[in-house]
Amino acid sequence: MSCSDQSGLDAELSAFGRPGGPTVRPVHDQFHGDLLEVSMGPQHPSTHGVFRMVVTLDGEQIVKLKPVFGYLHRNHEKIAENTSYLGSMPYTDRLDYLCSMSTNWAYALAVEKLSGQAVPDRAQYLRIIMAELTRLVNHSCLVGFLFNDLGTSFTPLLYAFREREKILDLFESLSGSRMMCNYQRFGGCRVDPSPEWLAAAQALVDGFPRFLDEYETMLTGNEIMLARTQGVGRLDPAHAVNAGITGPVLRASGVGYDLRKVDGYGFYPRFDFRVPVGEAGDTYDRYMMRILEMRESVKILQQAFRDLPAGPVMDPKAKLRGFRPKAGEAYGRLEGPKGELGFYLISDGSPNPWRYRVRPPSLINLTLLEEMCLGHTIADAVVILGSIDIVLGEVDR
Amino acid sequence: METLEQIRDRLLARFPAAKVELLANPGTAAEHSLLLDPVSAPEIARFLRDDPALRLDYCSNVTGVDWPEKEITDTVKKSVPDPAGGPAKVVEEKTKRLQPGCLEAVYHLYSMALKHGPVIVRLRTGNRTDQVTLPSLTPVWRAADFQEREIFDLYGIVFSGHPDLRRILMWDEFKDHPMRKDYVSPDDFEWEPTPHGDVHERAKAHYPPADGPAAAAAQEGPKP
Repeated sequence: MSCSDQSGLDAELSAFGRPGGPTVRPVHDQFHGDLLEVSMGPQHPSTHGVFRMVVTLDGEQIVKLKPVFGYLHRNHEKIAENTSYLGSMPYTDRLDYLCSMSTNWAYALAVEKLSGQAVPDRAQYLRIIMAELTRLVNHSCLVGFLFNDLGTSFTPLLYAFREREKILDLFESLSGSRMMCNYQRFGGCRVDPSPEWLAAAQALVDGFPRFLDEYETMLTGNEIMLARTQGVGRLDPAHAVNAGITGPVLRASGVGYDLRKVDGYGFYPRFDFRVPVGEAGDTYDRYMMRILEMRESVKILQQAFRDLPAGPVMDPKAKLRGFRPKAGEAYGRLEGPKGELGFYLISDGSPNPWRYRVRPPSLINLTLLEEMCLGHTIADAVVILGSIDIVLGEVDR
Repeated sequence: METLEQIRDRLLARFPAAKVELLANPGTAAEHSLLLDPVSAPEIARFLRDDPALRLDYCSNVTGVDWPEKEITDTVKKSVPDPAGGPAKVVEEKTKRLQPGCLEAVYHLYSMALKHGPVIVRLRTGNRTDQVTLPSLTPVWRAADFQEREIFDLYGIVFSGHPDLRRILMWDEFKDHPMRKDYVSPDDFEWEPTPHGDVHERAKAHYPPADGPAAAAAQEGPKP
């Protein structure tokens, strides 16, 4: 696209300037010549929700990118401060609506830390089972969406959705809801899965590596995939650590920081699994992280099904009604599928939290989006955003 | 990792002019925190990040807390000697005092290099109205970028030295800070000025006023 010809630019603008179309305006910069400022989103299909990027383009190259948030903001934290501790448990489902089981667990973890609540062994295993199944759902769908962004519209995503639907069926039969599970409680889990449920889950997990093989045969060595992702959106480890990037995006840059190993929350220290770490920190490594993590999750799940002890799923001393943790504060965090998901709670001894804060991994992982996209084309920005893995319910809260 | 007391002592030895206070957390989690004074906070933050024994290179969570001013009743028991010579009476004396309010920024720091943490650092503003400026720690930890913008947006703490301090979640024209405890939400979130208000005003000019001489004349009917 040549920007030097002013009449050509006007024609371009009038084509873009249709009502409902993207807003485009020319920007003049004495170093770069004519630039275009394009507002991508909040209704753009590649932004995974109502996220907006104000991109300044030199031809097709990105010279500036400013993310704009808040289209899904409903002040989740204020609502939670005005309700009881248990009352915000179903609301945490709506933060990361693809991974409600992990979000529930993160909140339960923080409240249990705040109130000193113990959790029975069986519930600890069930939590790990649910969290790892959620990771399978999230990562397989993310890879599908990433390929959507690459232009292979929907074929890989529907392969992922086929598997996802099986897992969501399990969640539904256990908790009553496919995505808004509301399954964890302070001091355990809400219901105990039946032996049939466990057998079905185990069968699913045993079959999952076959799906991964099939998926990888189709995607990993794909020539277009390699051309579009290798060397695109590099993130160097020092910057990533300083910017608080967590999860698979951080590990793709070569920093082996996984809270399942570092904090050892729940019963993770009992499990044998490895943390995959990338080298190049580019989009391809971020893709590979997801595939490798799914393989490790399958290993964790198989160990969990093997060792699942009998017993109660709720601590008998746990209080559901009239729950008032004593004054104090706690920060509980866990390794969610998207990165470090934390809940910071301050109690003043009343039934409502004085302060309830969600540390959203999706929002903070976007800190370096501009640096990752600079110098790449606008089509690459879409792929880079897809590889970061955001969910707007959590970004905007 | 060193205990928080050791860190505090080391900080006080290194920065003699700084004020560092240890705030105890009475809860079961027992995550105590360090209260820094805003003036020396940036250099202390740099020290915490670069010190080889601490290396708190990862700022996980940054958040604001609102503490409105609070009336506290202190009860002191005093024994009053009985003038008649009997046993002394114990009288409870209640005094009320006003605890000043403040806004607080809380930073949860971890080390990815040494895999330890958290060290919790707090900064407090002078009050909740006009002394609400704190130094930004974004130059030290880029992770604080969006989170400090969020605190500015929702709590109204102004971070001096932040590279791009704008509202992040609320829209730019929004006036208040909704996470403050005394925020009053509007009755009608959907209200916005419509053109119909102006049209209505203009339409009024076409009718006689309801209680003017013309209205009285209209009521009396046409004169013969």
